[in-house]
Amino acid sequence: MFDFLEGYDVLGAFWMTVKLTALSAVGSLIWGTLLAAMRVSPVPLMRGFGTAYVNIVRNIPLTVIILFSSLGLADVFGMTLGAEDFDVQGFRLAVLGLVAYTAAFVCEAIRSGINTVPLGQAEAARAIGLSFSQTLTLIVLPQAFRSVIGPLANVLIALTKNTTVAAAIGVAEAAYLMKTMIENEAQTLLIGAVFAFGFVVLTLPTGLILGWLSKRLAVKR
Amino acid sequence: MSSVLYDTPGPRARRRNVIFSVVFFVLLALFAWWVWQKMDEKNQLTSALWKPFTESEAWTTYLLPGLANTLKAAALSMVIALPLGAVFGISRLSDHRWVRAVAGTVVEFFRSIPVLLLMLFANEFYARSTDVTSDDRPFYAVVTGLVLYNASVLAEVVRAGILSLPKGQTEAAYAIGLRKGQTMNSILLPQAVTAMLPAIVSQLVVIVKDTALGGVMIGFTELLNSRGTLAANYANVIPSFIVVAAMFILLNFILTSFASWLERRLRRSKRSTGAVLGVEKVDDLNAAEIGGGFGSGASA
Repeated sequence: MFDFLEGYDVLGAFWMTVKLTALSAVGSLIWGTLLAAMRVSPVPLMRGFGTAYVNIVRNIPLTVIILFSSLGLADVFGMTLGAEDFDVQGFRLAVLGLVAYTAAFVCEAIRSGINTVPLGQAEAARAIGLSFSQTLTLIVLPQAFRSVIGPLANVLIALTKNTTVAAAIGVAEAAYLMKTMIENEAQTLLIGAVFAFGFVVLTLPTGLILGWLSKRLAVKR
Repeated sequence: MSSVLYDTPGPRARRRNVIFSVVFFVLLALFAWWVWQKMDEKNQLTSALWKPFTESEAWTTYLLPGLANTLKAAALSMVIALPLGAVFGISRLSDHRWVRAVAGTVVEFFRSIPVLLLMLFANEFYARSTDVTSDDRPFYAVVTGLVLYNASVLAEVVRAGILSLPKGQTEAAYAIGLRKGQTMNSILLPQAVTAMLPAIVSQLVVIVKDTALGGVMIGFTELLNSRGTLAANYANVIPSFIVVAAMFILLNFILTSFASWLERRLRRSKRSTGAVLGVEKVDDLNAAEIGGGFGSGASA
């Protein structure tokens, strides 16, 4: 029944999806945290930059960003990101696009987490004589991080699904292979089911584990 | 200004903030200068590349038809997905376990797989099993993919909207002798629709952005796809990307602003029950947190 799978590297394609997801997740977590720090900083210029970045990038389709990274950055400006061959270059450009896009959502999640900490917590911390860094590391951040696990899990799941857009610039991940297979093989329905199943397997545990974790660690107010 | 992270600045903090501002400004300026240099180096600033956008031909031949297709696909998907989503959303709240289970499985399934997969599948399915002409096929496939995905997201919006209503509404309806169907149709749904409006409008942003997938992967001639034809004609890759991105940003910014305006307005009005599903909700729902009770969806 599944002999149409022969000759195709389905696991390899999903491994590419996982690699794209993992690298982009780390990258967007770093860049998104920086953006969030800018958005809550006391410096108006940084706040303005953070707000502008988030509002602009969130409203551009990811497809436009990824396609631009390939046709614009690589072809016109010649940014190869240190890659020697075409496949590696496509992969790195896709990660770059995914990071640029996802960071806007990570930033908003983290910012909303900081906003859930009541002002009274910081005021109380200052009242008992804690310094700024103590207030930040002992009072504010622990509460903020615990409340953003849920939203960040959502961003991670969305990112997993968004990695399929990398197929648009020829990165050989799951959606790319599905397109090839579906065009060459007769079993449209079965191929669709196999790839759908693959994504359910990738996103289901993420949702369950992180959802459970966010429930457990939530600050009860 | 005081926030949870910092106190109202004193003289030293103000001085430090000024230094940060200057340093950040210099960094931004350096980056902008570097981008400008790069653009200049690759001759992307020559007026010939930008000139097409000042003439009507580029707009009437490429951009506006593309934009029209984007809007058409988005609007049609929304119109089909809404009632479908309402049916599944209400089914998930059914008193019968098997109805809940079936609706829940369908919704969670379509929410957990990427839209691109749905579009690719629909495209091939139409090619093999129906007699949709190959000209119409990309449009059909894009709409199908968008409907399947967004109906299940909207189902969650509807469910959260109904759950956000005060329990007293249902109890009062039962108390005056309404049946389950009547309670849903004349008491809960009208109020839930008001509460959901902002979330529904911001879902449109997601749909508009996702139409671009169809342009690249299955040849639907929407805005991004038209950009390709335009750039091939005028050889202006970078300018065309900038213009198209600006069009997407403007369009979605209008939708987002409208949604937030709607949210504020609905929150203010005294006649409503006060339940409003905010714009933020949409981001959470689109991520498809699976497993119902685990995520934030049910606790709205």
